[in-house]
Amino acid sequence: MSGTNTPANAPVGTAPAAALRQPSPWRAHVADFLASRLALFGLIVAVVLILAALVAPWITPQNPYDLQQLDVLDARQPPGSANGLASFHYLLGTDGQGRDLYSAILYGLRISLLVGVGSALIAGVVGTLLGLLAAYAGGKTDTIIMRVVDLILSFPSILVAMMILAYLGKGVGNVVLTLVILEWAYYARTARGQALVERRREYVEAARCLDIPNWRIMVRHILPNCLPPLIVIGTLQIARAITLEATLSFLGLGVPVTEPSLGLLISNGYQFMLSGQYWISFYPGIALLVTIVAINLVGDRLRDVLNPRNTR
Amino acid sequence: MIGWLLRRLVQAVVVVLLMTVIVFVGLHAIGNPVDILIGQDVDQVERARIIAQLGFDQPLWRQYLGFVGGALQGNLGVSFVYNVPAIELILQRLPATLELAIAALVIAVVLGVPLGLLAGLYPESWFSKSIMAGSIVGFSLPTFWVGLMLIMTFSVSLGMLPSSGRGQTVEFLGAQWSFLTTDGLRHMLLPAINLSLFKISLVIRLTRAGVREVLPLDYVKFARAKGLSPLRVVGLHVLRNTMIPLVTVLGLELGSTIAFAVVTESIFSWPGAGKLILDSINALDRPVIVSYLVVVVCLFVTLNLIVDILYKVLDPRVRLEGAA
Amino acid sequence: MSSVPTLQVRNLRTEFATRAGTLRAVNDVSFTLERGRILGLVGESGSGKSVTGFSIMGLVDAPGRVTGGEVLFQGRDITKIKPRELRQLQGNRIAMIFQDPMMTLNPVLRVDTQMIEAVRAHTSASKAQARERARETLAMMGIASPDERLQAYPHQLSGGMRQRVAIATAMLHRPDLIIADEPTTALDVTIQAQILSEVQKLARQQGTALIWITHDLSVVAGLADEVAVMYAGRIVEQGGVDAVLDSPLHPYTAGLIGSLPANNRRGSRLQQIPGMTPNMLQLPPGCAFAARCTRATAACQAQPEQTEPLPGRLVRCFHPALTASAPSTLGATAPQGLEARV
Repeated sequence: MSGTNTPANAPVGTAPAAALRQPSPWRAHVADFLASRLALFGLIVAVVLILAALVAPWITPQNPYDLQQLDVLDARQPPGSANGLASFHYLLGTDGQGRDLYSAILYGLRISLLVGVGSALIAGVVGTLLGLLAAYAGGKTDTIIMRVVDLILSFPSILVAMMILAYLGKGVGNVVLTLVILEWAYYARTARGQALVERRREYVEAARCLDIPNWRIMVRHILPNCLPPLIVIGTLQIARAITLEATLSFLGLGVPVTEPSLGLLISNGYQFMLSGQYWISFYPGIALLVTIVAINLVGDRLRDVLNPRNTR
Repeated sequence: MIGWLLRRLVQAVVVVLLMTVIVFVGLHAIGNPVDILIGQDVDQVERARIIAQLGFDQPLWRQYLGFVGGALQGNLGVSFVYNVPAIELILQRLPATLELAIAALVIAVVLGVPLGLLAGLYPESWFSKSIMAGSIVGFSLPTFWVGLMLIMTFSVSLGMLPSSGRGQTVEFLGAQWSFLTTDGLRHMLLPAINLSLFKISLVIRLTRAGVREVLPLDYVKFARAKGLSPLRVVGLHVLRNTMIPLVTVLGLELGSTIAFAVVTESIFSWPGAGKLILDSINALDRPVIVSYLVVVVCLFVTLNLIVDILYKVLDPRVRLEGAA
Repeated sequence: MSSVPTLQVRNLRTEFATRAGTLRAVNDVSFTLERGRILGLVGESGSGKSVTGFSIMGLVDAPGRVTGGEVLFQGRDITKIKPRELRQLQGNRIAMIFQDPMMTLNPVLRVDTQMIEAVRAHTSASKAQARERARETLAMMGIASPDERLQAYPHQLSGGMRQRVAIATAMLHRPDLIIADEPTTALDVTIQAQILSEVQKLARQQGTALIWITHDLSVVAGLADEVAVMYAGRIVEQGGVDAVLDSPLHPYTAGLIGSLPANNRRGSRLQQIPGMTPNMLQLPPGCAFAARCTRATAACQAQPEQTEPLPGRLVRCFHPALTASAPSTLGATAPQGLEARV
């Protein structure tokens, strides 16, 4: 644009055959992504956590949601102490109700990931469809959808979430629903923006000349080109959703008390912090932190890699 | 200019009205606050009396109209819990929240701009890369957990700073402010830092992106060609151009910071409007909830308007239409 | 007094480290500029002429670097001095004018701010004194109502006015050397003519040496004393402007002159140099112009050194056109000398 430094270099008659031998863009993206060790680290950590959460029932000594397995007498045990029956050790201590913290963290992670990924996926599908619809239908549909998007996006999510959850009550499903209501707007706005740009391209005109129905053009031609920014948003939204769910649970508005997610665990442990039993809030906090940071590292790198404007 | 201003004002009013309708209707659907307030062991007569007193026996639209009428007179209902006009309650607690939010933004700018500037000027240095990695951690940290850790470290272990409450306040312009007293500042430090964490990351990233965009432009080169010291080139030419979009973003962020203060206020028992709304939601204190939302919406709308105007003022290209 | 030339560039080399390899934008460039003389540096975009200007000024940005040669300003090699000393020269003894006046001036600062800072960077003048100096210089440029201009923001001025402000800024300290990088390209023709004559007058009056970088030969014809033609990072021909334009030695120069619309008969096809500029990352080992040259032979596989076949005429070619009747690269009429003066 205004850079007066790097000189131009026009290729001197490159053979057309060379163009056909280019690697697929996805492979280039993957290579770019992996070039950042930090992002790679984040990816590995995220994958490990997801796997751990998936196999949680098999790698934990206790199901923290099964009240029968808890022994209240073992409440607030420091990390490393043995349980009453001396059958296993509380690796990270116990919480106020006698739950093995290690197990509670893994199960809590399950909920966090379920809520985060679930809401991001659903919101992504809904938002993208609505965004594409707005772009393609234009006119009143477009205006209405976009006004709603603006409305949702202009208000702080925490407030809206609090209101909705106050109405719906606690529960994992309700939290997911709340998050979906909040998040679809991001996807819709981006999808619409991309679709509007793509709509003007020649291949769309060509497709229309061939009398291909609109919806088909949208799904098979425009949608794949909209995917990169949506993937970025999706990844970052997962982290956001997990944070939001944790915050809401912490405030007592999210998941029910019997199936604590990481946020609720932290909240429960708050009262014990001042008497030195830090582990009840600390370890779930670390787990939450690591998860979110890992996902954000991945999402951030994806954004750099998939952003067409990015020149190095 | 005037026409544009008027249009924006009308837009703003419409948004406020719309919000109140949505909220009013929504709240009605949540539940009956009477049950929460009164409890089970009050007999029917007493119950009916209270219901009539609070106007719950009226049809919804009437309640709404009464609400709007009252609002125009500055009366947004009386809190069920505190039995004080809701608006008064909110305005009383608002300065505390404002203080906190502004302090958080100030910290964010004071720390974030220099770091972002350095990261933008030397993007390949390990220093810059660690700042950027740090900023990712910064906006990943759940605010409430950081708050807890801050309390743990500074209040419990080190005993240096208080962990709750607001400290001494001084009256100024009809409201109570704590930043004017040392004790107040001591109380404000931890919650302000807590609230600012998210914003610091945002400021760092914005500043860095802005600097990287401006640095290769011709006028920066021309400034160097004039023989200006690098300090001036960066400090004036680069920074001035980066600041304009930054200021506008921050202005909008002030609104969301105020809203997000809920979490921080709850952890540090900071007596602001955020804590109030949280308690009110749990108690279904409708007038307070509605008043809070009305105040917040008005605040947001005003902020947006101010930011729009500010942008026009700061960027001379936008301000002065028409060439010589 | 003027025994030392204002500028002596010797074997200058500037390279850019790109992902695809090292790009040598300025490759063994040498020329000399005496006091008060005007040099036209001509070439297509990508030939390295702008980078040459930046290299002399010390303004090459990463990933570029001056990697070899010397730039002797009044006898002193400024590629080897400390940044602080270089800054004392920039804007003071050596000034630069850029191409796009829209982006040269900072859009959010007033004109007087930008000129005052240039004055105060090199003198201990007060703001008022600096402002007066700025005003004076604007008036010297023939700008009417200079106070109004000073109060204005860049976008409030027309393109030609902005460029005059840029030139005035360059003249603030009456520099010994001005490097102008295509300053009139973005302006329309009438303004261009005005500015050219103004700059020429100023240069003569003040004894300022001037390097005028351009792709437009007709500009050079009316303005410069000497001309240097660049191709693919090298100077392929240098000499007095009349001599070079009347009888070019290098086939590329001949091609440039021949392709000017003024040199072509009405109704007949515009003459072009066949082929395309080479990829700077994949330059052939020999003469870079060989692929497009009708005079090329096997000898051209080697890099031609700079020779002086005629006094004051330097050229890099194995087959310079030493006689007027040497076949031109274009096969049609022999190139005409440029008669129109701007």
